Amino acid sequence: MKPASMNLTLHVWRQANAAAPGRMERYDAPNVSEDMSFLEMLDVVNEQLISDGKEPIAFEHDCREGICGSCGFMVNGVAHGPQKGTTICQLHMRHFKDGEELFLEPWRATAFPVLKDLVVDRAAFDRIIAAGGYVSVRTGSAPDGNAISVPKEAADIAMDAAACIGCGACVAACPNAAAALFTGAKISHLGTLPQGQAERSRRALRMVEQLSLEQFGSCTNIGECVAACPKQIPLEMIARMNRDHLKAAWTSRGEHRSGGE
Amino acid sequence: MKLDSRIPSGPIEQAWDKSRFDMKLVNPANKRKFSVIVVGSGLAGGSAAASLGELGYNVKCFCFQDSPRRAHSIAAQGGINAAKNYQNDGDSIYRLFYDTVKGGDFRAREYNVYRLAQNSVNIIDQCVAQGVPFAREYGGALANRSFGGAQVSRTFYARGQTGQQLLLGAYQALEAQVDAGSVKMYTRTEMLDLVIINGKARGIVTRNLVTGQIESHAADAVILATGGYGNVFYLSTNAKGSNCTAIWRAHKRGAAFANPCFTQIHPTCIPVSGDYQSKLTLMSESLRNDGRIWVPLKGGDKRAPSQIPENERDYYLERRYPSFGNLVPRDVASRAAKAVCDEGRGVGETGLGVYLDFADSINRLGRSAIEERYGNLFEMYNRITGEDPYTAPMRIYPAIHYTMGGLWVDYQLMSTIPGMFVLGEANFSDHGANRLGASALMQGLSDGYFVIPYTLGNYLASNKLEKVDTSAPEFAAVTKEVNDLVAQMLSIKGKRTVSSYHRELGKIMWDNCGMGRNAAGLSNAITQIQGLRHEFWNNVNVPGSGEDLNQQLENAGRVADFLELGELMCRDALHRNESCGGHFREEYQTEEGEAMRDDENFQYAAAWEYAGQDTEPILNKEPLAFDYVHPAQRSYK
Amino acid sequence: MAATGAALYLFVTVHLLGNLQVFLGPDAINHYAAALKSVPEILWGARLGLLACVGLHILTTVQLARINNKARPTAYAKKANSASTAASRTMYLSGPTIAAFIVYHLLHLTVGSAHPQFSETDVYSNMVFGFRVWWVSAAYIIAMALLCTHLRHGVQSMFQSLGFNHPKHSPRIQKFANAVGILYFAGFASMPLAALTGILPPFFERL
Ligand SMILES: Cc1cc2nc3c(=O)[nH]c(=O)nc-3n(C[C@H](O)[C@H](O)[C@H](O)COP(=O)(O)OP(=O)(O)OC[C@H]3O[C@@H](n4cnc5c(N)ncnc54)[C@H](O)[C@@H]3O)c2cc1C
Ligand code: HEM
Ligand code: SF4
Ligand code: FES
Repeated sequence: MKPASMNLTLHVWRQANAAAPGRMERYDAPNVSEDMSFLEMLDVVNEQLISDGKEPIAFEHDCREGICGSCGFMVNGVAHGPQKGTTICQLHMRHFKDGEELFLEPWRATAFPVLKDLVVDRAAFDRIIAAGGYVSVRTGSAPDGNAISVPKEAADIAMDAAACIGCGACVAACPNAAAALFTGAKISHLGTLPQGQAERSRRALRMVEQLSLEQFGSCTNIGECVAACPKQIPLEMIARMNRDHLKAAWTSRGEHRSGGE
Repeated sequence: MKLDSRIPSGPIEQAWDKSRFDMKLVNPANKRKFSVIVVGSGLAGGSAAASLGELGYNVKCFCFQDSPRRAHSIAAQGGINAAKNYQNDGDSIYRLFYDTVKGGDFRAREYNVYRLAQNSVNIIDQCVAQGVPFAREYGGALANRSFGGAQVSRTFYARGQTGQQLLLGAYQALEAQVDAGSVKMYTRTEMLDLVIINGKARGIVTRNLVTGQIESHAADAVILATGGYGNVFYLSTNAKGSNCTAIWRAHKRGAAFANPCFTQIHPTCIPVSGDYQSKLTLMSESLRNDGRIWVPLKGGDKRAPSQIPENERDYYLERRYPSFGNLVPRDVASRAAKAVCDEGRGVGETGLGVYLDFADSINRLGRSAIEERYGNLFEMYNRITGEDPYTAPMRIYPAIHYTMGGLWVDYQLMSTIPGMFVLGEANFSDHGANRLGASALMQGLSDGYFVIPYTLGNYLASNKLEKVDTSAPEFAAVTKEVNDLVAQMLSIKGKRTVSSYHRELGKIMWDNCGMGRNAAGLSNAITQIQGLRHEFWNNVNVPGSGEDLNQQLENAGRVADFLELGELMCRDALHRNESCGGHFREEYQTEEGEAMRDDENFQYAAAWEYAGQDTEPILNKEPLAFDYVHPAQRSYK
Repeated sequence: MAATGAALYLFVTVHLLGNLQVFLGPDAINHYAAALKSVPEILWGARLGLLACVGLHILTTVQLARINNKARPTAYAKKANSASTAASRTMYLSGPTIAAFIVYHLLHLTVGSAHPQFSETDVYSNMVFGFRVWWVSAAYIIAMALLCTHLRHGVQSMFQSLGFNHPKHSPRIQKFANAVGILYFAGFASMPLAALTGILPPFFERL
């Protein structure tokens, strides 16, 4: 049995703003209960920092249920920490041992500039979706929901892909800072469903093009992303993206760039 | 204050058609000339901004998260209702309407609810076309499950992530409009105040949460879709950032706040484990389809659940409500859980919990069927508690989950401030005193996709709107107030942290304005909250500066507003001398402990009008008529 | 990259099969070599094609490395590897080593300038005598080991890049590719080993 309460040492990346330089700072986290979530542990550390007249550690979070994708940073070099398939907000302290030293760092990628401490700017993900991660359907113009039948298997694959929460851990974990898993998940989600067929080629071309505009790295199929992904999006989704992209690039007549007004 | 609900006349079935026909239209070529502010990018705001952008309006959309996709709607698990009757089990628009009015304990506006039931059908079609991966049957048709408060299977779902998938649909539609240039998205931007010019809502003042910049935005209309205020209780199933700031500040500028005390307690949440607890996690209500709720028959029974034989268990919901059993509405299930815990029969370390047991279902259907249905919820439970719900029953306890109250709106979703519309959980419109499961998603999308595109057009076409920009003196005045407020919070530099106030407020609210309420407790709570608020403004410690990303400052502003709203909620609960839906006044119950409504005196929506700092608010009443569903005591026996 | 990689993979296969004829005796392999050289158009076509493949492969690698270094300019203070294979992480090491090896290999067995007893026509003896020097054999074996790790990740990566990944078939393909990798290594390594241990006898002594 391990003790119900433990003492930890944290090394946390502190950076005042995007322009300022940053550095690792050391903090004690005493009397951590094993039933706390990782973020609750940081809450307690922060309350202490405020009481001591210091600035609390900035980290992003919202739902604390593993679904909004707000949270995320590196714990000892692993995105979202050591528990597989789990966001940092859902990671509980029972996975750590008394006396452990933990290094907390923000996601690092050119496409994700650090805004403060552990908070990064992931707006690039929104722009990738804006580049084609949707089905254009005018509100009110849809046929009956059962008009087009969708095989359960297709719906299941689409759902597997659509489970992505847009947290960015895949980028953080990738040695190349590539966003292939995130983008592949969206392309696969929509590309698997009959509703997504009309724009399938255009979507693949534009989204992949946006990837490089955002300065994400290139995928070398290493698989670190999948290990870090809290939703365990499989590597297969990247292959699906590549397939759609190759096919589209081959057959394209070059009008895909005409996005925007 | 005059409350004109603008309910159309004539039969309810044709009311929405008729009012759409009566509404004025904006010429397609002119739409581009109108600008609209949408605050919020959840199901309500996201769907509204996307649909309005698509129509050609010039839309600015705001959210405080780093991406519109993270709005709290993302967390909804269970599903969305629609009167499709795909199951051939007797559903219809009328039945969904009936169930919702009854479920709301006769405190909702019939015409709104009917329209909601009508729109529900189109929502599913729209979402399917967007690529929302709803669960399917092997034949390829949409699958359904049943939910509390209904005897038909009308809930559509995408595993345990329905809200996520619906929101991603709306978000993608929104981003498509961003790409098309018709919507400009402002993320990490918090609305801090509303600007009214010549009696009409004409803009907002915001804070850029990264740079701290206070900015002004002008428009021809303002739409608030900022979600619910359940976090006034500190511990709730809401996301940490969910707040009342936008609606509260609009309330202070003249928007009536309706039925603030109508809050929903969700029966199936993971119990509190310690005082560091930062939020409560919902276990979807859909679990009640296959899980059986029980506690030991005798108080103080500390045996492990597996050691307690069948005849020493009390399946109290099945016992008390044989026809709905474990699927009674939320308020009923929550109160029943509180009752057994009050009797000392609660389980777990704290005694604040009941069992939700899947053993029978696993025996009957097999583990894999249960895994297929609830796998991700079971995993989540395991992650949080370290316990395995496949082998031991879950422990659950009620928690604050949803707020039926909100800004008062008329049938066209406009608040008492002309030109300011309120959608989704932020308004009070459709759920009365209690919301049925799977109907908030439905309401958010109905408001955003299928109501506001018409009613906003009507407003713009039938009002003469002078040109306004942010150089108007009204913007400068509001900006100054906002700046002063921020500066004041930063200058106190007291001894207590923001969240310590929030926790204390939450405890006052939960103890006095939670599952059970009484006059003495509520009066006491009002005094306590006033004292706490006073202390906050003298002793809060907000570190850092206003010029950069400062999460403590963001939170301080939100807690300051909760400290005011909490008092209004208690006042509303105190004035409503009846029990209805989620509002349970202990003085007003039947002998069996069921809620006792007082239709003679309280069949109205209470719309509170702000009267100034530390001044009692003014109560306005919108009488409610029930011409179709006749009020009766809700019975789920 | 996938296309050039695949072409090189194909070459490696053909090359291995060709070389293994060394075990059939001097005549077999020398005839094979002579046959290859008899049509210079084909020989040079293949050589130029290969050179282009290697060149393009390296070029795309350099581009890739440039993009990826730009994508993460600041390294983590701590970084753990969770899922990737050592083979996948050492592509930038195995690749250039193989390139260096190829240069040496060409000088050694094709041009002959790095071979003290080189004969234009007697490929068999070139190999046997070349490999009798222990460090030459060691260099070949190490290079071949690296080649196989490079291919191990390369094959998986290629299927992935070309869009083929299927939960049922991909693990099988990977297993097959791993087996082939080991086989290739065994095949290539067998030649220097055989020469060193004397299993491959000298055809005739030369001064
Ligand atoms: C855990 C959980 C599970 C649920 N499950 C279900 C379910 O199964 N079925 C169902 O029907 N309902 C469910 N609900 C209820 C439902 O999810 C919500 O009522 C609904 O999603 C609210 O949507 P909304 O668009 O009104 O607000 P939200 O989704 O909360 O969006 C609010 C938006 O407003 C923005 N915002 C807020 N304040 C400001 C400000 N001051 N300035 C700028 N932006 C601001 C936010 O950034 C956000 O974009 C669930 C709720 C919870 C908590
Ligand atoms: C000449 C020096 C070489 C260098 C510098 C080199 C380098 C690389 C690099 C860096 C990669 C991509 C990294 C990755 O996907 O993780 C790669 C991929 C690959 N290499 Fe090489 N390599 C060389 C020689 C070879 C040879 C000799 C072969 C085959 C005989 C080969 C076959 C492959 C294959 C099949 C791929 C996968 C291509 C893809 O996924 O698109 N390489 N190489
Ligand atoms: S693919 Fe996984 S790791 Fe990447 S953003 Fe989506 S959920 Fe996060
Ligand atoms: S806070 Fe929402 S996923 Fe972690």
